[in-house]
Amino acid sequence: MHDYDVVVVGAGPGGSTAARSCAEEGLRVLMVEKRQEIGAPVRCAEGVSKSELSSLVEVKKKWIAKEVQGAKIYSPDNTLITLSAEQAGNEVGYILERKIFDRWLAKQAARAGADVLVKTAAVGVEKEKDGLRVKLRRAGEFFEVTVKMIIGADGVESRVGKWMGIDTTLKLNEIESCVQYLITGLEDMYDMEYCHFWIGHARSPGGYIWLFPKGNGSANVGIGVMPSMAKKPAKYYLDKFLESEGISTSKIVEVVAGGVPVSPIDRISAERCLLVGDAARHADPITGGGIINAMRGGKIAGKVAAEAVKRDDFSAKFLSRYDELCREDFGKTLERNKVLQKKILKMKDETLNSIAKSLEGYRMEDLSVTGIVKVLIKKNPKIFWDLKSLFF
Amino acid sequence: MPSNCKIVVDRFRCAYCGACVSVCKNDANELVETFLVIDESKCNCCKLCVKVCPMNALSVESSEG
Repeated sequence: MHDYDVVVVGAGPGGSTAARSCAEEGLRVLMVEKRQEIGAPVRCAEGVSKSELSSLVEVKKKWIAKEVQGAKIYSPDNTLITLSAEQAGNEVGYILERKIFDRWLAKQAARAGADVLVKTAAVGVEKEKDGLRVKLRRAGEFFEVTVKMIIGADGVESRVGKWMGIDTTLKLNEIESCVQYLITGLEDMYDMEYCHFWIGHARSPGGYIWLFPKGNGSANVGIGVMPSMAKKPAKYYLDKFLESEGISTSKIVEVVAGGVPVSPIDRISAERCLLVGDAARHADPITGGGIINAMRGGKIAGKVAAEAVKRDDFSAKFLSRYDELCREDFGKTLERNKVLQKKILKMKDETLNSIAKSLEGYRMEDLSVTGIVKVLIKKNPKIFWDLKSLFF
Repeated sequence: MPSNCKIVVDRFRCAYCGACVSVCKNDANELVETFLVIDESKCNCCKLCVKVCPMNALSVESSEG
């Protein structure tokens, strides 16, 4: 008899959703989190789409820090484009309080029947004939659990995939290196009903700068840069930006850093293993947003795991069903956005400026994402012609 | 691995984000809760972790001779 059917490694939104989904399917599930506190330290800008989040969980006021109306995007020469929340994609709508949100999700998993252990790291896996022996370290003490399968929701630094034969190693052009400050006293400088994005290779090579309001004049102000394109560390560019904007660095109440995977991988399952969220490289290549896909993947992972337990089939072949379901659900959009991202990364700042200028005068609030791309192609046929087949 | 090259972490700068772990082919880095551990026996000093670090917390310590 195995100790559990499934062990879930990592208690972020992906792990907790997977654990809850497994428990609701009637599986015996253990979720382990290496940190002593779920949800902290945050590594995230905390923006999510309103409609997508509502489709996954009942929205609770206690973990919504701020609701925003849309996004303001500044081109390298500060030409401004305004988008409503629905068009700005996965990234804006609600700004979460992840410390509360992540804990709430973990509690939901526990209430559904999952066992939860914090300050407990998975440090290795041994494959056995009829299952897995997972090595855990809790507050320095080593112990083992036997399980039928493992769900790796262990984030950007995932090791579960590597142990189970999935190469999740990221190259320097497959990750955004990020740093973010929670700054207060910004209400007189920016429209705090909007998320703000600054693009351009000079100020954020291969990435962008964001300002996401969190209520009471505070905002997450952060940057992501692509290490293959940036000559200096992310923090250097963020500090330079704050200086150029005249944002005071004497009202910073939190510093967080993070790595965001921005390149989907071919396989996210193996024999007795599924990967979820950032571990599965499921963050959006353009926005870097990962919460929604992590939760969607987590839900699917629970269902596939339940099916595997029912059939007693944990083969790579059967579990590849998870890859297919994720691809149908959101994977295709990731792949499409990867193509678009590669294209944007090659653009010079002058090109980005001329594109932004081409959109001036259009009431962007009236357009869908596809509509925006249509305008882009119409206004910039030479630049965007090859995207036609991708979107239409 | 190369004895004249060693990656060191400045614990006062590190914000324990795990970016360095994700780029390591040899699984030499482990983010243990809120501190980074580098297994020198696995590290081949490719320096990718140094480049990916958002906080400039990693560097190469070269020893002469």
